[in-house]
Amino acid sequence: MPGSRAKLPGLRRWWRVALLAPLLLFLLASFVAPVLMMLSRAVVDRDLERLWPDSAVALRQWDGAGAPPDALAATVAREIVATRQAGTLNQVANRLNYDMVGSRSLLYATADRLTAGSAGTTVRDLARIDPRWGQPGIWAAMRHADGPLTRHYLLAALDRRLDADDRIVNVPAEQAVFANIYLRTFKISAIVALLCIALGYPVAYLLASLPERKANPLLILVLLPFWTSALVRTAAWAVLLQTNGVVNNALQTVGLIDAPLQLIYNRLGVYIAMTHVLLPFFILPLYGVMKGIPPTAMRAASSLGAPPLRAFLSVYLPQTLPGVAAGAIIVFTLALGYYVTPALVGGGADQMISASIAFYTNQSLNWGMAAALSLLLLLPLLLMVFAGRTMVRTVPA
Amino acid sequence: MIAASPLVEFRGVEKRYAEGGPTAVADLDLAIERGEFLTLLGPSGSGKTTTLMMLAGFETPSAGEILLGGASLVDRPPYRRNMGVVFQNYALFPHMSVAENVAFPLRVRGIKGSEATKKVANALALVKLDGLGERRPDALSGGQRQRVALARALVFEPDLVLMDEPLGALDRQLREHLQVEIKRIQRALGLTIVYVTHDQGEALAMSDRIAVFAGGRVQQIGRPDAIYEKPANAFVAAFVGENNMLTGTVVTRHEDQCAIRLPGGQIVRAMATGAMMPGDSVIAAIRPEHVETGTTPPACCNAIEAQVEELAYHGDHSRIRAALDGGGSLVIRTPSAGDFAAGQRLPIGWCTDRCFAFPAEDGATAWRKAVA
Repeated sequence: MPGSRAKLPGLRRWWRVALLAPLLLFLLASFVAPVLMMLSRAVVDRDLERLWPDSAVALRQWDGAGAPPDALAATVAREIVATRQAGTLNQVANRLNYDMVGSRSLLYATADRLTAGSAGTTVRDLARIDPRWGQPGIWAAMRHADGPLTRHYLLAALDRRLDADDRIVNVPAEQAVFANIYLRTFKISAIVALLCIALGYPVAYLLASLPERKANPLLILVLLPFWTSALVRTAAWAVLLQTNGVVNNALQTVGLIDAPLQLIYNRLGVYIAMTHVLLPFFILPLYGVMKGIPPTAMRAASSLGAPPLRAFLSVYLPQTLPGVAAGAIIVFTLALGYYVTPALVGGGADQMISASIAFYTNQSLNWGMAAALSLLLLLPLLLMVFAGRTMVRTVPA
Repeated sequence: MIAASPLVEFRGVEKRYAEGGPTAVADLDLAIERGEFLTLLGPSGSGKTTTLMMLAGFETPSAGEILLGGASLVDRPPYRRNMGVVFQNYALFPHMSVAENVAFPLRVRGIKGSEATKKVANALALVKLDGLGERRPDALSGGQRQRVALARALVFEPDLVLMDEPLGALDRQLREHLQVEIKRIQRALGLTIVYVTHDQGEALAMSDRIAVFAGGRVQQIGRPDAIYEKPANAFVAAFVGENNMLTGTVVTRHEDQCAIRLPGGQIVRAMATGAMMPGDSVIAAIRPEHVETGTTPPACCNAIEAQVEELAYHGDHSRIRAALDGGGSLVIRTPSAGDFAAGQRLPIGWCTDRCFAFPAEDGATAWRKAVA
């Protein structure tokens, strides 16, 4: 029956889709969609549009050059009063405050005077209430917030902002923190990845070269940290490394040091704890790759005349590079997002970008900023994963 | 003259993997001559690969010494032995192209540039892989990979080429083809090859000499025809080629011949080996192709009768399984299709010098090892 045979591949494909569908839908609903919605807040900006709809339209019609038209001023004044009475002025004030510090007090002061009967139909009227209405700053801030999209958060995450003339300028030096934190995040992650390579490669080599009977107990030791939560392990490091901790006491008892070393609540503690937590993620993929290299490879190199070091460098090492790359990329990408460990064993100058994201998410509730910072962390990360995939693919395992 | 001394000599070599443990190789005395193709043949665990690995330098003898050109190899690491080793799994370097693989032994010897290029090209031409130098090993077939491994083991003109079951992973047709290739290259270059295999057919077809290993000891060493025609013990008789092993008791012994009574009472004559006396239990080995048969009683001695149990026609020959009166059976290989039928009585016989009697105990253990 040719008909049914022709139908079969199509059916089979649908069957596969049907098998995957529940999981895909679950992931879509519980992971992909929320992440995308959260990230969209980095560029979507509808607070002012929602609360001051007429002002938003008027702001968009204005070209931004010179003094704002009086019609715009009248609309803004009307909506200031309206939102003040509705109790939602707060949200607009917050949004404008991101762009121009002092906007909040300006709006509330103006709202008070307007409800008290002051005229507010022209720019001059407003400037009489507060001279700042006569300056371009607040008008630019409102124009930047007129929605529906904004560059504000992404620029802020890069320590940049739009000035009153819509030029991208650096934020004042004392507010420029994110570039520093990003650099620190990447630096800590890279150093942790390097430490994992230095410490993990010999271990993976030993595991791969031992007979299974001896390798398995060691492998369990490597895996043991996997079965303990990162929080517990980090806390354990605090016990070990603190000023009166086990390590310092031991070193002092032995007489190697006179005064306790500062091993924790600084960068050193972050490196130690993060390397320990992430080491299994490096060892395991590398171990897998090393297990795949037949022992005869080194024997062949030796029989062909290569002394041990030469054989290692030209035959063994190149074959393990895909494993090193895979492990290092896993460690690096995981380290980029680390939050708990630096918070517990690092000092104030050791916090990574996740701490800033957490701050904007949980404390200042500026989700646009949190989303922009996340997006800037996610992009290089995706780039790394992509680069890693190509690298692993081009070097044959 | 140097040529008088063998290229390689094993002197009293012994190998134990654990102190006081079982011997993997015991009492090994073996000389390898220049230009010869020596095969180490035996079942797995017989010590043949251990012997090869000791020669290559990957295992250290527990006792005795190995000499290369008269100089001891004991303290010489593998990379200074100048031996080309070909492994069963090819052990090609997957991150290098074919040409880079073959150039590897030259590179570590500091041979570069046009000289290296020329040698690599020659080696690849020798194994008929011209033009595949840029390929990656994983883009080659099994047979091609083994050729690359061979080229790589030959390109630096080693004193000795060691091959560890090099054709074991290939299908039969390709294996036979490469056997011929390896022999051609060996003759063309005058190579000394030590070849390990468990395939007795391969050993017979390729070797100048075969050393048959079992239980860590050399059972017999000699030319292929001597191994096949005149096995030294029951193990060799059973392991190399096909043999009927008939149990019996020695009745009389006269110089190198003896008369044996089979379980059914038949008396047959065989060549005696060792100090067997009347009353001893023995195993008589007779090859299927040496059993003569026909409708009339065979002309040679040892004429007895058997009953046809099974027949199989193989085109160029037929195989008959026949039961002996009183127990036991044997396989007969006959060139003619013949008019045999199952259940038919069949007169059979063989020449005395084709049948060898071995002590039974030895034979029983040897059998177990051979089938293990």
